[in-house]
Amino acid sequence: MKTFAERNFPGRLIAVEGLDGSGKSTQIYLLKRWLEAEGVRVYFSEWNSSELVKSATSKGKKRELLSPTTFSLIHATDFADRYERHLLPLLRAGYVVLCDRYIFTAFGRDTVRGCPPAWVRGIYNFATLPDLTFFFKADLEVSLRRILDGRPKLKFFEAGMDLRLSADPYESFRIFQGRILEQYLAMSTEFNFNIIDANQRVEVQQGIVRQLVSQRIDLSRFKRQTPLPLPPPLRVNPKSAELEDEPEE
Amino acid sequence: MKKKNHNDIVVPQPGPRRFYGYGIPGVKLEDLVGKLIVVEGADGSGRSTQIAQLVDWLETSGHATVQVGLKRSSLVSEELERAQEGNILSRTTLSLFYATDFADQLENIILPALKAGFIVLADRYVYTLMARDITRGMDEAWLKNVYSIAPVPDAVFYLSVEAEELVQRNLSKNATLDYWESGMDLGLSRDMFDSFLQYQTAMQAAFRQLQKGYGFNIVNGNRSVEEVSRELRKKITAVLAAK
Repeated sequence: MKTFAERNFPGRLIAVEGLDGSGKSTQIYLLKRWLEAEGVRVYFSEWNSSELVKSATSKGKKRELLSPTTFSLIHATDFADRYERHLLPLLRAGYVVLCDRYIFTAFGRDTVRGCPPAWVRGIYNFATLPDLTFFFKADLEVSLRRILDGRPKLKFFEAGMDLRLSADPYESFRIFQGRILEQYLAMSTEFNFNIIDANQRVEVQQGIVRQLVSQRIDLSRFKRQTPLPLPPPLRVNPKSAELEDEPEE
Repeated sequence: MKKKNHNDIVVPQPGPRRFYGYGIPGVKLEDLVGKLIVVEGADGSGRSTQIAQLVDWLETSGHATVQVGLKRSSLVSEELERAQEGNILSRTTLSLFYATDFADQLENIILPALKAGFIVLADRYVYTLMARDITRGMDEAWLKNVYSIAPVPDAVFYLSVEAEELVQRNLSKNATLDYWESGMDLGLSRDMFDSFLQYQTAMQAAFRQLQKGYGFNIVNGNRSVEEVSRELRKKITAVLAAK
């Protein structure tokens, strides 16, 4: 697998990965604000998918119809849709695209669900690798506390209830997240994750992120002589918005 | 042929079952004691007619049957139908959508029926899905990985019919040619008739390519319903009796 730079795309893709509650969404938002202020053509890809794929996925989740295999395939369908319709054109047009989660989320989650890792990776091999991947590594307990302190209503698949780890959704979520963390750590070398210690203060982490981005990507290449307004976020249908069904960070 | 006594029910012998590759997590192969029989072919190849006759014949002979086909899952069939109407999904997306549909039927219909000792008749299987995508330039190795979840059927019959004959049968039945069966999304020709012939010829080439790796029976479907049916019954009888 190659990166967008290695495939001679004019654009660059930066991905953030980490557990729910690791603070990765905050960090990528701050990165976006900085790049905008620098006049870089930047786009934060909010994981929007077509109504059709969304409709099938939310039906599968609501009715708890998904097995590990169909869970994996329907999320791959969803990813392919965003990738082909949304990410590729932006990267062809020379944008710096920021992604909150990328294929590694699927690698970790599907493997924990029992899908063969090589099968899952094979499915996603149409996707080009990010030019830069940040992994926000917080202590498991810190991430769990951030999510669970508010006692949110955890959804069935989000809590990993389909794995029958525990009858208690909160306990199930803890075990599930712990296993995903193991998967992330196991792939961090192979995929060149830049590990950020997410137990540090927000400002410290952001300083490291910005420094790495400016070292690794020649940002001057992504500025336009005559700036155009940055594209608006894609329209989201509020009824079926978030597919990854993460709790609010 | 001597008419069989209805009391002589041939009990299928369990053969060594395997998946093409990874299979489905947690499924024990030795539990899948039924038989999986696949009939492949283009629209107008006589697939549905042959399957209906096979069901009659098998049930009369004392076998329980279940039928599956493409785009029939409860999970995504509706959405797939709409996606095709609007032609709005890109290639990989549509391909994975079909794979999801297949996997859902595999887990909810095919595998439970095989466990219960049924004869599963599949009106198309992964080969059509792969052939369609190969024709559209997708990577064969990628497709093989995706569909490595599929169990290897006990018999696969590909009803091969010349493209010119398919045109005649489709027009005689519907008076029009189907957009997808004509491969209109490929932009081979604005002329639907030309496109149909080119596309079906390409599909046959893709099937022959797949046949090398997957080894299915190519059945001459240009013959009469009765002749084809006789050949299928003969081969299936052998499959049911074989160790």
